[in-house]
Amino acid sequence: MSDQSAALTPRHIPDRLDSPFKRAAKSWETLLLAVAIAIAIANSLASPYFLDPWNLSDATFNFTEKAILALAMTFVIITGEIDLSVASIIALASTAMGAAAEVGAGTPVLFLVGLGVGLGCGVFNGFLVARLGLPAIVATIGTMSLYRGIAYVVLGDQVYKNYPADFAVFGQGYAFWIFSIEFVTFLGLAVVASIVLHKTIFGRQVYAVGNNALAASFSGVKVRRIKFIVFLMTGVAAGLASVMLTSRLGSTRPSIAVGWELDAVTMAVLGGVGINGGTGNILGVVIAAFVMGLVTFGLGLLNVPGIVMSIFMGLMLILVIALPLVVQRINNRRRVAR
Amino acid sequence: MTIVRSLLARREALLVLACLLLLAAITARFPAFSTPKNLAGVFNDTSILIMMALGQSAVILTKSIDLSVAANVALTGMTVAMLNHLVPGLPVVVLILVAIGMGMLLGAINGFLVWWLDIPAIVVTLGTMTIFRGLAFVESGGAWVNAHEMSPAFLELPRTLILGLPVLSWTGLVAIVLATLLFTRTGLGRAFYATGGNAVAAVYAGIDIGKTRFLAFVLSGTVAGLCGYLWVSRYAVAYVDVASGFELDTIAACVIGGVSTIGGVGTVGGVVLGALFLGIIKNALPVIGISPFWQMAISGAIIITAVVINARGERVKGRVILRRKELPL
Repeated sequence: MSDQSAALTPRHIPDRLDSPFKRAAKSWETLLLAVAIAIAIANSLASPYFLDPWNLSDATFNFTEKAILALAMTFVIITGEIDLSVASIIALASTAMGAAAEVGAGTPVLFLVGLGVGLGCGVFNGFLVARLGLPAIVATIGTMSLYRGIAYVVLGDQVYKNYPADFAVFGQGYAFWIFSIEFVTFLGLAVVASIVLHKTIFGRQVYAVGNNALAASFSGVKVRRIKFIVFLMTGVAAGLASVMLTSRLGSTRPSIAVGWELDAVTMAVLGGVGINGGTGNILGVVIAAFVMGLVTFGLGLLNVPGIVMSIFMGLMLILVIALPLVVQRINNRRRVAR
Repeated sequence: MTIVRSLLARREALLVLACLLLLAAITARFPAFSTPKNLAGVFNDTSILIMMALGQSAVILTKSIDLSVAANVALTGMTVAMLNHLVPGLPVVVLILVAIGMGMLLGAINGFLVWWLDIPAIVVTLGTMTIFRGLAFVESGGAWVNAHEMSPAFLELPRTLILGLPVLSWTGLVAIVLATLLFTRTGLGRAFYATGGNAVAAVYAGIDIGKTRFLAFVLSGTVAGLCGYLWVSRYAVAYVDVASGFELDTIAACVIGGVSTIGGVGTVGGVVLGALFLGIIKNALPVIGISPFWQMAISGAIIITAVVINARGERVKGRVILRRKELPL
């Protein structure tokens, strides 16, 4: 954020470039990390239960599913689009798994059903945005209503809860010691996402599409295909998150995961992903996921109700974007005055 | 033939036709649905949606979006309901002014963030949406305000009949007239269209696009505030989840009515018809025996269909004189 503003302000040309260390110290990720550590310290002072390893392990369950959504959302936002239907995909995939479980499907089949529905929803979103060229906000507002609407049509006020006992492994199982399968999966996916976004041609193309789609297409980037793929990714990620959440809760209602699209977007934006596309990285999003996890866990220890926590989420979303802009504006004014 | 075709090309004509077909199909099986009395009831039921969709359309015309309107309804509605409960002697006029003023303030917060800090409207209103609803919870502690806790005057106003129509319907009609005047007969209305149609050209024409967006958000918030009172009074209950998801309905009404989400295109008539189309479906579902759980899926399908139709109509008409600078929604 800071080096970008310096590049955009013609009056201020530094005498020498910052050293790599200084640049790293001023980066968004470092700031986030400092915030995360500060919150962790504040939490451990506020509650004696915070530093218990099993409590911390429990805390990871609150955000890993959302964080998996945020990893995929990062790709979508970097291409300059947005996917507001992710939470509804979770509801639809969960409903499909519930229906499959009712007719006696086993755990591997349920897993495939969850991912498959996610994939299908992602393909439909991608078709609307990349193929038909519809604005992503409205198209995914439409599918957001459609996917959850189908879940309501199927379930109404009913509940699916006849999941096989071993289905619980995805959401309640542990890989080793205090590390849950969910958490390990998230860390693994974060590494994969980081490599794909930062070390592959596809990753560079994602940035190119978000920075300047026209220039990208003149450079031979298949803009539509890239957009299609990123929507497909959020679909699959939502399918996976649905498997985990359904497995953790052991039941499906059509109102499952309401409002999670907000949390996923907030995590991405808090992680330094520019909402207008073209900027951001995975490390920032991963740290942001931890920050949000720590905040919700800390507030939970203080018995703050969930809806009040959502106020903090909303405030955080706006403040995180507003603060750098305000600082930049004040700096610019000072420079002009000089 | 060309007359028919050019008429069909107009969204309003298409929507009138769609509404009539819908009514005919329902009436064929349930003749009671199309009696004047029932249709007036449908209009009354849709009045709030019409008003809020008109507010939303002003925002969308300027190439923004307001996702916080439903939360605004919940917060202002809860506030006036609690005021009414705590101070029963307060005249309803004062409460309505409180609702309008509060809605205006909430809209101004959105508009200010979009104007001064240039934050994309979708991010701002996604944030304020949760903040407003969260505040409704904080002030009420999650409790409900029920009908018996509201004063009779508070409850009766929207139901009061004037010339056979309830005040709620009249408010809707007045809103339609005012919106028509604002959109087609004032400088601000033209500025809405110009800001969304071609922001660069608008700036060259001397329009402050930031301020125009701000005013659009203030308008949308003000309408939502008034509707906060109307909603709580009409349904005689206030709770945190009032109007949950209603922001999608207002956007759907706009999109169905031919308001382009890229900004600058749309008419009052289209928005009103779009809202009525949704209203007829909503009122018809229980009549023809379809579970209300279908409503969400149906409006989702309608939104997608309408966006696809809109996109077909938007394929470059005429020559582009000034290149459209891409502005974030």
